[in-house]
Amino acid sequence: MTISTDLLSDIIKQAIKRGATDAEAIASETTEFSVEVRLGEIEKLQEAASRGIGLRVLCEGRQASCSTSDVSAEGVEELIANAVEMAKRTSVDEAAILPAREELATTIPDLGLFDPAIVELAPERKIEMARAAEAAARGFDPRIVNSEGGACSTTVGRTILVNSAGFVGEYSGTNCNLVTVPLAKEGEQMQVGYWGDTKRRLNALDSPETIGKEAARRALRKLGGRKVATTEVPIVFEFGATEDLLGDFFEAVEGGAIFRRSSFLVGQLGEQIASPLLTIVDDGTLPGEIGSRPFDGEGLPTRRTVVVENGVLKSYLLNAYTARKLNLRSTGNASRGLTGAPSVGIGNFFVAPGVHTPEEIIASVSTGFYVTEMIGFGFNAVTGDYSRGAAGWWIENGRLSFPVEEVTIAGNFKDMLKGIEMVGNDFRFRGKIAAPTIKVNRMVVSGE
Amino acid sequence: MIEPIKFFTDKFNITVSQIESLLGAALSKGGDYADLYFEYNVLNNLSMEEQIIKSANRAVRQGVGVRVISGERTGFAYCDEISVEAIRKAAVTAACIADSAVSVGAVNVTAGKATRDLYPVKQLLGDQPLEAKIELLKQIDRTARAYDQRIREVQAGLSDEFKVVLIATSEGLLIGDVQPLARTRVMCIADDDGNLQSGVSGGGGRIGFDYFNDAIIEHYANEAARQAIVQLEATDAPAGTMEVVLGAGWPGILLHEAVGHGLEADFNRKGTSAFSGLIGQKVASELCTVVDEGSIPNRRGSLNVDDEGNPTGQTVLIENGILRGYLQDKLSSRLTGARLTGNGRRESYRHLPMPRMTNTFMLGGNDVPADIIASVKRGLYAVQFGGGQVDITNGKFVFSASEAYLIEDGKVTSPVKGATLIGNGPVALTKVTAVGNDLALDEGVGTCGKDGQSVPVGVGMPTIKISEMTVGGTK
Repeated sequence: MTISTDLLSDIIKQAIKRGATDAEAIASETTEFSVEVRLGEIEKLQEAASRGIGLRVLCEGRQASCSTSDVSAEGVEELIANAVEMAKRTSVDEAAILPAREELATTIPDLGLFDPAIVELAPERKIEMARAAEAAARGFDPRIVNSEGGACSTTVGRTILVNSAGFVGEYSGTNCNLVTVPLAKEGEQMQVGYWGDTKRRLNALDSPETIGKEAARRALRKLGGRKVATTEVPIVFEFGATEDLLGDFFEAVEGGAIFRRSSFLVGQLGEQIASPLLTIVDDGTLPGEIGSRPFDGEGLPTRRTVVVENGVLKSYLLNAYTARKLNLRSTGNASRGLTGAPSVGIGNFFVAPGVHTPEEIIASVSTGFYVTEMIGFGFNAVTGDYSRGAAGWWIENGRLSFPVEEVTIAGNFKDMLKGIEMVGNDFRFRGKIAAPTIKVNRMVVSGE
Repeated sequence: MIEPIKFFTDKFNITVSQIESLLGAALSKGGDYADLYFEYNVLNNLSMEEQIIKSANRAVRQGVGVRVISGERTGFAYCDEISVEAIRKAAVTAACIADSAVSVGAVNVTAGKATRDLYPVKQLLGDQPLEAKIELLKQIDRTARAYDQRIREVQAGLSDEFKVVLIATSEGLLIGDVQPLARTRVMCIADDDGNLQSGVSGGGGRIGFDYFNDAIIEHYANEAARQAIVQLEATDAPAGTMEVVLGAGWPGILLHEAVGHGLEADFNRKGTSAFSGLIGQKVASELCTVVDEGSIPNRRGSLNVDDEGNPTGQTVLIENGILRGYLQDKLSSRLTGARLTGNGRRESYRHLPMPRMTNTFMLGGNDVPADIIASVKRGLYAVQFGGGQVDITNGKFVFSASEAYLIEDGKVTSPVKGATLIGNGPVALTKVTAVGNDLALDEGVGTCGKDGQSVPVGVGMPTIKISEMTVGGTK
């Protein structure tokens, strides 16, 4: 069957007829193409179109959802029958309702999410771009001796959402991703550098040369990395590491963690939770950005939400369910895949840039750690306890002195937020999250 | 019992002769090897929170992936619709990776049959009435809340899937498998006058509903509650390099991160792993023998055949400290001539197979666990972990302890807060100075991510002592 708003409206009608009090249907269609080259040769070509339908039904407060990649008449019939049958047997949950009609988006703004140039980009051109990115990395320095390759992928997607409260919406989007992963070697030590860019518009994408050189630079600067002695020092987080922190912060500020009381930010609305230098915003309406979309996973208009303003917690990020649990209003952050109830997701989530250059921030530190990469999952949103693997450079007398690896940094997120002493002016979206370089007053570096 | 060839023939009208013709289409541009991966998968998920069933979900995932290999090149396409026309279109797309015009016509396949069934299941979870599953979650909730009055919230979930696959290759193999998988999960939050702590537990495998008997359900619930309560007393974790004792079972995630990923053949073929070129060399203390075994009955990481149709088995990765072998998939094996190990795995028909782990564990040694702890003057005893991660190229890996204690003068003393442990893969196991006689596999909760693909895995380990490891605490 053809996926259309009519098909979804019909599914909703069928679900209601069979006993659902409310229903919401979502469909997605995606065409993906990706090419991977390694050492100049094509290694992988992948092309596929996929589609699926999801249905969430409510039967007097009881909720269930089903999805299928089988969009035949029988597949759709099974989808509706199962969803309604299952919903009759779950529990009544008073907060499980569709958003109120007046909250739903009434217009679908054009946010510049679709670029025909990406749809039309020839496979040969994608192969060339991946090759060029890898070649730029490999040609950057003789110590770049190997490569995990270069890859270029494009996605063209269409999303349709219809609900029984009267919402009907549809939008299409494109994105193009270009990445390369060179390896540097010196002595017995090998280091990998990963760099890439993702954009909704082809002409906004960094050039293959820029990406390749940056990837090479990132591999090279890790060479010679060593441990340091365990100590407590100021930490400068490079923008990418700050983006990691922001991802962790989201876990603590999303409505699910708040109503479950499993976040250190419970009860902190209106409180000074961070340094006055910190402002955090979520904005799902920025033209052409990866995290933008005209409506959220429940049909509410996306919007700009100031989450932290000058260190004061102004808002949680909410969907209809978490908003109702907290007696607040949804911030238009419902996120959903084909299966399951909507969760809370980000639009474009960012730390507002400050005034200092990254160089000024590093220069302000007499002894400290410039963190460029973190690995692992050592963040506890309930308590704020934070402990992760880190790599970067040691700072001595305001200068980058030597590369550091195989250490951890640890502290508590509450103290880290309050301890932000400088915020950088380096800021650029490379995905849905963006953040500048920041300096945190003290954390424990664990090493030798 | 479902017979996969018949299943796809009956449900989708796909015949063996059509499969042969489709493989021919995949090789129509002259590829060296092609395979088709048919998948029909029903996934269910039920969750309870605030003492009510908040959602019941069901997803049907079905389709076919077509892969064509030409030298070092791979062409791949898939379709969601299981019909000859849709698969032929995907086959022609994937075929384009090869560029010679030698057409092969149809390929003959012979129906094979797995010689064993590692996971015969009588009561499929997917066939159980929702009420029975709901009762199981209620039992978890009751048990966890009864553990201690400070348990304030319990989240319980039950997930199951039922996957039927059929793999056809241009080498003539036609083999299917029926793969049940189920797990429960429990998260408890303890609240002691505003001091909030959490604990998680759960388990499962390729098992039926009967596996979740009263004893095991109560065990999961009590375990999550116990962890949350223990953490109420936790003090700051230590910082620095120290002796570390890892408990048996799930702490085997150390092996998964420190050596497992680094021994996957794709990285080693390309020379991008910290373990590249180290076969035959010493990468661990002679106390360590590490294996990957996909053929253990009913385990979460087990498979009768891997996702390329090859039987799983036991692969010795490290034998008495010496690096012996890598985990192979079809592509790496073709390119390097290495023997297949049954480790070609994929998340779904929408993904390409890669070398992946199955159940990875260290064999037991001779030391008594209590003696191992008694031998430590000052160190960390870590018994539960969250996730881990590794940088394949420089070998640095981390894994996060969620339940750990100080060891002082040979005795386990106070619990400490969660902390990340960091090490270097090729070095970490050389510092193993004791291996316990208490090998245990994990309870069946592991999911491994690589290149955006998730697959279920198992880990295991006896109690071991590592003479020095960096612990990422604050004190």
